[in-house]
Amino acid sequence: MSYLLLAIVSPLLFAIFIPFFHKWFGRVHTGWFVLPLPILLFAYFLSYLPQTMSQKRVMETFEWIPSLGMNFTAKVDGLGLLFALLITGIGALVILYSIYYLAKDKEKLNTFYVYLLLFMGAMLGVVLSDNLIVMYAFWELTSFSSFLLIGYWYERERSRYGAQKSMLITVFGGLAMLGGIILLYVMTGTFSMTEIISTSDEIFNHPLFVPALLCILLGAFTKSAQFPFYIWLPDAMEAPTPVSAYLHSATMVKAGIYLVARFTPVFGESSVWFWLVGGVGLLTLIWGSIFAVKQTDLKAILAFSTVSQLGLIMSLLGVGAAALHYEALDDNIYTIAVTAAIFHLINHATFKGSLFMAAGIVDHETGTRDIRKLGGLMQFMPVTFTISAIGAFSMVGLPPFNGFLSKEMFFTAMVQVREMNIFNLETWGILFPVLAWVASIFTFVYSMILVFKTFTGKFQPEKLSNKPHEAPIGMLISPLILVALVVIFGLFPNLLASTLISPAMSAVLPDLLGAGEEFDVHISFWHGPNIELFMTLGVILLGFFLFKTYPKWGRIYGKLPQKLSLNRFYDGLIEKAQNGSNRMTSSYMTGSIRSYLVYIFAFFIFILSAALIRENAFKLDTSNVSSIGIYEMVLVLFIVVGSISILFVKSRMTSIILLGSVGYTVSLFYVLFRAPDLALTQLVIETISVALFLVCFYHLPKYRKLETRMRFRLTNALISIGVGAIVTIIALSAHSNKLFDSISQYYVENTYVEAAGKNMVNVILVDFRGFDTLFEITVLAIASLGIYGMIRLKSDRGKQG
Amino acid sequence: MEILMAFVIGILFMTATYLMLSRSLLRIIIGTGLLSHGAHLLILTMGGLKRGAAPILRDNITIYTDPLPQALILTAIVISFGVTAFFLVLAYRSYKELGTDNVEEMRGSKLND
Repeated sequence: MSYLLLAIVSPLLFAIFIPFFHKWFGRVHTGWFVLPLPILLFAYFLSYLPQTMSQKRVMETFEWIPSLGMNFTAKVDGLGLLFALLITGIGALVILYSIYYLAKDKEKLNTFYVYLLLFMGAMLGVVLSDNLIVMYAFWELTSFSSFLLIGYWYERERSRYGAQKSMLITVFGGLAMLGGIILLYVMTGTFSMTEIISTSDEIFNHPLFVPALLCILLGAFTKSAQFPFYIWLPDAMEAPTPVSAYLHSATMVKAGIYLVARFTPVFGESSVWFWLVGGVGLLTLIWGSIFAVKQTDLKAILAFSTVSQLGLIMSLLGVGAAALHYEALDDNIYTIAVTAAIFHLINHATFKGSLFMAAGIVDHETGTRDIRKLGGLMQFMPVTFTISAIGAFSMVGLPPFNGFLSKEMFFTAMVQVREMNIFNLETWGILFPVLAWVASIFTFVYSMILVFKTFTGKFQPEKLSNKPHEAPIGMLISPLILVALVVIFGLFPNLLASTLISPAMSAVLPDLLGAGEEFDVHISFWHGPNIELFMTLGVILLGFFLFKTYPKWGRIYGKLPQKLSLNRFYDGLIEKAQNGSNRMTSSYMTGSIRSYLVYIFAFFIFILSAALIRENAFKLDTSNVSSIGIYEMVLVLFIVVGSISILFVKSRMTSIILLGSVGYTVSLFYVLFRAPDLALTQLVIETISVALFLVCFYHLPKYRKLETRMRFRLTNALISIGVGAIVTIIALSAHSNKLFDSISQYYVENTYVEAAGKNMVNVILVDFRGFDTLFEITVLAIASLGIYGMIRLKSDRGKQG
Repeated sequence: MEILMAFVIGILFMTATYLMLSRSLLRIIIGTGLLSHGAHLLILTMGGLKRGAAPILRDNITIYTDPLPQALILTAIVISFGVTAFFLVLAYRSYKELGTDNVEEMRGSKLND
């Protein structure tokens, strides 16, 4: 196993040792033992930068199930490396933050870090696996570890609800994605991403192309909290804040983005892809930003803002896929959408991580996250305020920070959509910039609410449980680093351009590159007075106006979005599914033996008659029948009258005697049909059986009016007539369709020669087919032991009782 | 004869089914008894009836009835007897314990607990 593969699974292996660290070194916060790992991994992945910058790919394979084409193949290219750096880098910062956030003596630290490491390893596996099945396995592991982390405080009911909800939704999407992977395998015959991309032209016209596309997108949309699957993300905020910062802003929710980017070379040329990815992204963007404004909980605002920002990135990827339609790389202006998507992906990870950490600090130091109780915290927490302000300003897209640059590029890309001449964009294209602009205004409003409602205004000490003060320095290190990155990337964006963005772009749009070419990404601060700049100015002015007048118009939120909430739909669906299945089960699982027998017999009749009709199997052949004598006629009369009159007699004594008479008639039949052994056995056994029945009869209850005739029931009558008829018909058809002779001639010829006996039946029983007899004896032995046990057990229990 | 026997067997199956769908445990057991009679006769009939002498070797006779179905039925008779006996004692015991022989009252559903 190479170092690269080892690096991917190292968090999983390391997780094994965490409980021991926790147990043996209880005085040291367990997080300190975990911290070196992501730092090491970060440094290790940095060492791949020169290779990806020169457009090289690193592939390493560990054979897992080679016969099925499932091998653990790791591939490091620009896109995978970008995500790996995000995962390990932010992972290290989050672990550092969590060391100060989670108290050593109050929390179950060992489980926390085990789950977190599981998640980190799974996430690395997702972004670095080239084999789709292996990627799927890691994908589900991220869902699973996220479930564990959301439900970390499992004694809280809301945590369990959020964990279950996120599990149901992401696993639903994960399974859809597995379906898509299998469809891709059906089309291409391989699970390898690289090979699938190289055959993308051939599968474009395959009939399974669109189903595979939809399945993969379902996986991406559920994981990345796109409309309408975003509903799990706000409820996932019940997790500890480091988890929210790590999973639900920077890494896991971007797995869907990764998936879309990864599959762009395969599906990107289809118009379904463009409209779904671009349209759903845009819808999520505006929906999330509108809902974020009305939240009163800091983390809920951030959750909806994450939803909205993910929608932004998603819509950029959708628009960027359209670049594949314009063959040449020269002046292909649409690639800017992909540049913007990747750039904003990095930016969002930095500013959203810092915002979550700042919200966590506020929660930690004041005891609440409710913005109605907070206010005027600037004087107590100047550093946290600075962090929040820079993060929020970057999210809005104000000039000195990195968010400004990606938002400008976002506007550029959206404005350019209008100029596309594909997919009916001449008419509908105008929607893209308009919706994007409106969503940006709402983004401005909620970001301002987030910062200014918390840190300025009136200080309300009576509503806070703790006396607020600045957080310890250790807690501030991580958000400070992230905020520093926000500023650095803002001022020197070209640090990222050739190192990370350009290699990632060549992974997303490989078809556009000829040999030796690479994307020339140059992010400039100042474009001149163009339309994007005026759009940003408009956002700021209108947003500022709306923020100032928010108390006046905020009340319409109380009515409007309540009706549009998708949570009600989700809760209703879960409840209906439970009640519906409960009703369905109790409707047929009645507990009454009779109804089960009715199902069984009805099914028996149905399936046999259907088979008879389908195969046209009924046949009546009278050529091969034996004659009917007077004795047989009498016996037939006896048996028919005897068995039918059992149904009509009142007394059960009579019915037992009638059963006996039927049995004796059967033994007389055996006599007539020349089966002496059968006749003998039947006679003896019938006698014993009747005696047993009489024993039972004697012990039956006396107080009940049992001596009644059977109640007539139409269903019972129909079903029993059906059973009788079907057995008769099958017996007739089987007898008329003799296909080959019996094997019994062998027994007739060899009974004496081989086995030295003259009674063929007995010789068959003990010689030719002696095994049957052995186990028939066993059956009798078990029955008698069982009877003995039943009777003995009673007296034993009687003694004990 | 075989055709007539097919109808006889059908009637045995019909009455057996009707009895098994009833409420009284004893009637259900009577139903299983009729059902096994029907099944045994079915095996015998399907082997062909009255095609020669009884399957015991004697001089000067070459045609015998088929011995194989008879061996199968003999096994089946013994097994169904064992099961019926067990079932009867079970019915007897359950009446002693539960005080009823009505299967509708023997539901293991929430009505009972």
